[in-house]
Amino acid sequence: MSGFSAALCCHVERAREWGQAEVRPAGLEADRNGAPLSADHPYFARFIAWRRAHPLPAEDDAMPEGHAVRMAVLNEENAYWDRGMGVAAPGPGLPTPLVVAMGTPEQRERFLAPFRTASTPRWAAFALTEPGGGSDTSAFRARAIRTDRGYLLNGSKCFIGNAARADWVLVQANLDPDKGRAGQRAFFVERGTPGMTGIKIENKMGLRAYESVSFILEHCEVPRENLLGGEQPARGSRSGAYGETMGALNTTRVGVAASAVGLARCAYDETLSFARRSGAISSARVRDRLADMRRKLRAAWLMTLRAAWKADRKIPNVVDASMAKVFAAETAHELATTGMDIIGLEAGAGECLVEKLFRDAKALNIVEGTGQIQRIIIARNLVGLPR
Amino acid sequence: MISFALTDEQNQVRDTLTAFAENELAPRARSADQARGAPAELLDTAWSLGFTGLSIPEGCGGGGARRSHLTGALMLEALGYGCAGLAGAALSSMLFVNPLIDLGSEEQKLRYLPAFCGETRCAASLALHEAASGVDLAGMATRAERSGTGWIMTGAKRLVPMGEGANHLLVLARASHAPGLAGIRAFIVGTDAAGVTITPERGTIGLTALGFARVEFAGVRLEGDAVLGGGDGADIRPLLASLRIGGAALATGLARAVTDFAIPYAKQRVAFGEPIARKQSIAFMLADMHIECDAMRWMVWKAAAEADAGRDATRASVLARNYVNRHAFKIADDGLQIFGGHGYIRDLPLEMWLRNMRMLTIHDAIAAA
Repeated sequence: MSGFSAALCCHVERAREWGQAEVRPAGLEADRNGAPLSADHPYFARFIAWRRAHPLPAEDDAMPEGHAVRMAVLNEENAYWDRGMGVAAPGPGLPTPLVVAMGTPEQRERFLAPFRTASTPRWAAFALTEPGGGSDTSAFRARAIRTDRGYLLNGSKCFIGNAARADWVLVQANLDPDKGRAGQRAFFVERGTPGMTGIKIENKMGLRAYESVSFILEHCEVPRENLLGGEQPARGSRSGAYGETMGALNTTRVGVAASAVGLARCAYDETLSFARRSGAISSARVRDRLADMRRKLRAAWLMTLRAAWKADRKIPNVVDASMAKVFAAETAHELATTGMDIIGLEAGAGECLVEKLFRDAKALNIVEGTGQIQRIIIARNLVGLPR
Repeated sequence: MISFALTDEQNQVRDTLTAFAENELAPRARSADQARGAPAELLDTAWSLGFTGLSIPEGCGGGGARRSHLTGALMLEALGYGCAGLAGAALSSMLFVNPLIDLGSEEQKLRYLPAFCGETRCAASLALHEAASGVDLAGMATRAERSGTGWIMTGAKRLVPMGEGANHLLVLARASHAPGLAGIRAFIVGTDAAGVTITPERGTIGLTALGFARVEFAGVRLEGDAVLGGGDGADIRPLLASLRIGGAALATGLARAVTDFAIPYAKQRVAFGEPIARKQSIAFMLADMHIECDAMRWMVWKAAAEADAGRDATRASVLARNYVNRHAFKIADDGLQIFGGHGYIRDLPLEMWLRNMRMLTIHDAIAAA
């Protein structure tokens, strides 16, 4: 890691030590079991202790890099050791920025504070995707209806990370369908709330270290104070929860891009190490393919860092984030594929790490908007097509 | 003159196996993938169709049909459409039988082939791949050395399809110092011979229904006539061409299954107010999948026709294999991509198809060299 501040490099070094000692073995264990580690697995307790000893860099830390660049650098390093375990990490996770930005002070206290003091692992989840609409975030059909006590939720959600073990799930649903997507709001659904049913943990091709959960909301009633931001959004200038959610997705896209780069770097390192060990490096064709892998890896990383850098400077980065996301995801897929080609038989049979990376990488061009959606976003912005 | 017409017999074979693939293989594909093996009753049913013995000479008790690579390719494409892993499992004995028909001595045919003409399933396979040889088949480390009137075989083979249940294996090994493939011969080895150890492969990405095994040969003694073709042994290049054609046909069938599965979904799945099939990014993907399925099939047929005409099919088979490897993999990958998250979970066959294709292309990359 070069070109970053000593303070950030120190965080990366801690993540590397932890990744090598704990995250990689835990990720392999989960993959071979074909299921996430159970919530009471000792790994998670060790994670909590480690995180407490090595907290993430905070906004006010003396560090020249902005928040987005810091997170990109750390995401990249974490995904190098195991992308799935990164998603499975205990904590409020994905919904955190939404709760921080839009939650009432009471909600921030009620839903986020328990994570700060927890001595046992806890999770939260964010439920946006629905079976009928993955990348098309405006087509969601989940509905919320006002009742005397709160809100009645109906709909179904799928591919929701950590949702089966979460203390609460922040569920996106439309409170005012007449307003179209502007009617979308988010609701805290706490674990055990009646009406949250059909919870199913999906059996995936890869990224098997974290739960991807589908569930159904059937007349699921939550109290009035569980509407994120309260009855009237706190700040009137907002277009509503939909715009806020999309803003958050721009940030997570850079995060996925950084993870894809980490995964790709791992595929590159493993392949290079195999080529040296086996003598395949003496082949000019293998060296050429490794050089090509390295070029793409570098390009993907620079593109990701630029999208993060723009975010830190409040420069619009929608195109940069989408470019980085699709390029990095496809680079990860390609590097894992090429790596398997070079490693050959041992990659197909032999519990090879690159084989796992191949299965993991395929998801990255799907989650947070497929490669096709990213291209639509990029193209629309370039040529100014109507939305 | 060029013809794309099939004979009545070939049409009949294809129709039978298409139905078999649809009714018997496809419904069992996922469970076999998870069980990492093919159910015995399915293998028995496949055996009862009688295809293994179809081209075995009548003098050996077989059907006596003309041995045809094109018919073989039709069979593999039809079965691969249902499930590439189970297709390979159902036909794995042919990896032993066909080279004997093509290259075996009369004595070898009479000695080994009658067992494959009966009603009871007889399992045999081919041991080709090695860990170290990578893409360089000529660099294989397994060797057979002359010892008195016989041979002694030493080495280890990987990814032997249906290796665990096989009674006989055809094993490729370096038999002389002749350079490259010219020094490689195929040997008939009974799995009950002293020094043969068979263990299942672990951590295979796909085609797990094929029950891949590792086979080790620790100084296994073979008789002098164990070398395929007898005497100094037959040139194995026609055998390799035949394997490339078969592997490419299997991948073509799998690619066609992906394409046919993706089209109705793309028509029905709505995003941004219209079926995704109306989005050019998806529509062009589907069109390319369709184009390549056709192109792959004709490349395979061309190579099969060369072999059936008695010409050297090395070049045509390498072209077909290489082309199919690249495009069939992309089709499986794009197929999953069209389904998005639904393709990534194991409720649908897309992710299994991509894993199977990845295994096929790794397997094939080695044999295509």
